[in-house]
Amino acid sequence: MTAFWILATLAVLSAIVTILHRSPVYGALALVQTLLLIAAMFALLDAHLVAFLQVIVYAGAIMVLFLFVIMLLGAEDEVRLEGRSALRLGALVSAVALAFELATVVVAKRVDGSALPASFGSTEALAERLFSRWALPFELTSLLLMVAVVGAVVLARRKA
Amino acid sequence: MDLLIVFAKCLVALLIVLQVGVLLLWVERKGSALIQDRVGANRANLFGGILPFNLGIVNTLMADPLKLFTKEDIVPEGADRFLHWLAPFLALFPLFLTFAVIPFGDVLEIGGRTIDLQAVEAGPGILFVLALVSLGVYGVVLGGWASNSRYALLGGIRGSAQMISYEIAMGLALVAVVLTFGTLDLQQIVREQGKLMWGVVPAWGVFYQPLALLVFFIAGMAESKRAPFDLPEAESELIAGFFTEYSGSKQSVFMMADFVEVAIVAALVTTLFFGGWQVPWLYRDGFHLPGGLSIPLPSLLVTILGVLAFLVKLGIFCWLQILIRWTLPRLRYDQLMNLGWKRLLPIALVNVAVTAVLALLLQGWTVAS
Repeated sequence: MTAFWILATLAVLSAIVTILHRSPVYGALALVQTLLLIAAMFALLDAHLVAFLQVIVYAGAIMVLFLFVIMLLGAEDEVRLEGRSALRLGALVSAVALAFELATVVVAKRVDGSALPASFGSTEALAERLFSRWALPFELTSLLLMVAVVGAVVLARRKA
Repeated sequence: MDLLIVFAKCLVALLIVLQVGVLLLWVERKGSALIQDRVGANRANLFGGILPFNLGIVNTLMADPLKLFTKEDIVPEGADRFLHWLAPFLALFPLFLTFAVIPFGDVLEIGGRTIDLQAVEAGPGILFVLALVSLGVYGVVLGGWASNSRYALLGGIRGSAQMISYEIAMGLALVAVVLTFGTLDLQQIVREQGKLMWGVVPAWGVFYQPLALLVFFIAGMAESKRAPFDLPEAESELIAGFFTEYSGSKQSVFMMADFVEVAIVAALVTTLFFGGWQVPWLYRDGFHLPGGLSIPLPSLLVTILGVLAFLVKLGIFCWLQILIRWTLPRLRYDQLMNLGWKRLLPIALVNVAVTAVLALLLQGWTVAS
């Protein structure tokens, strides 16, 4: 349990750095740290494959591309919004509403984790489900990714 | 007590990595000299020459690292100080961590305990390796960006683009290997390679997946940005690429990361394709040669032979990488990306498809079944 609290505190702190730091590069790096800590929490929950996928895909590939874009497009430090208090008020209200919703869900549901089978979260268990019961959504997701890739290539070509 | 054993194993793995890193510097220098028909660095003395004889190889083993550590640590003006400091750490840390899952021996039977000679007994070891390879990109891209220098930024962007391109081919080669052996655990893969094909030949990965070996080796060399893929640190073009603005200990960390990555590629090739610590026909109780001859050996000797075999194979593949570096000319950047995306990736995909079909049709074909 203590491991969870340490990881959770660090993850929340990293997330706060992500949104509050004025340099986008630091924000992206803090996001990478948050993702690594979340992967560690997945591993604590015995979801080993998801933990590794989080690192390989999210922290290792997607965030690298984020950093590329930030660095190549000469990211400048953030400028504070001048005036526009209506926008600020709206942002504050929606943030509070989201926090309230999340808190309600977290407090209300109690998951009993004692009756998990030994192979929970292992690669074999996940693969078995993914390729039998959930094969169709899996294939559709990969089709969606391919559409995104082809679309990106077409758009890049047109601009060049 | 168990914690102590794990600690000891991690210490051994760490020592192997560190020693190999230092020795590779010497082997690279002398090896490249051998290939280029010259002598290489062979003069060393203390305090400007108080000894009447030449210390020879101590130059590379001790004087060179000492020189690097005692140099002034310069951070360029306008550079991001924190990221400049962080990048070498990010470059080196995932590489050290990879050695935690490489099995360097079979079991060690001491005092009634059976200790598996793998620093961390991770179930999905191959996924761990892939995750750490993905994390290795950050050192390069941050080192390049945080230096506030055009050449460094160029080198950093080139380097990270190259690394993420070849990660894909590497991963697909590993998929074929996993299909063949039926498990993600590295120690289990090495154990499976102890089985015999047709009762004679040990079932090493190279016999089942030669194409995956080729793809993995090339992709591994490209990942470590070694020649012929060393355009990110092209010494004749970008000075030192992404680590141009680094001096002293931080530069030595980047160079050490280079050599440690050579060791890792060699270790992975040995583990997955050449039987890891397996000596052909050597089992836990001795040799069982195919002619029927059996030589019983004490288990400690068997373990030591296994570890020695691993180190010898590691050395062979490190030497092979050094040989390739000093033989082949550098690939131009577009040729490099071409090779990664248009040649290696399709080859790796076809390999996976053929392996999957063969595994399905010939039930006895894969090692695992």
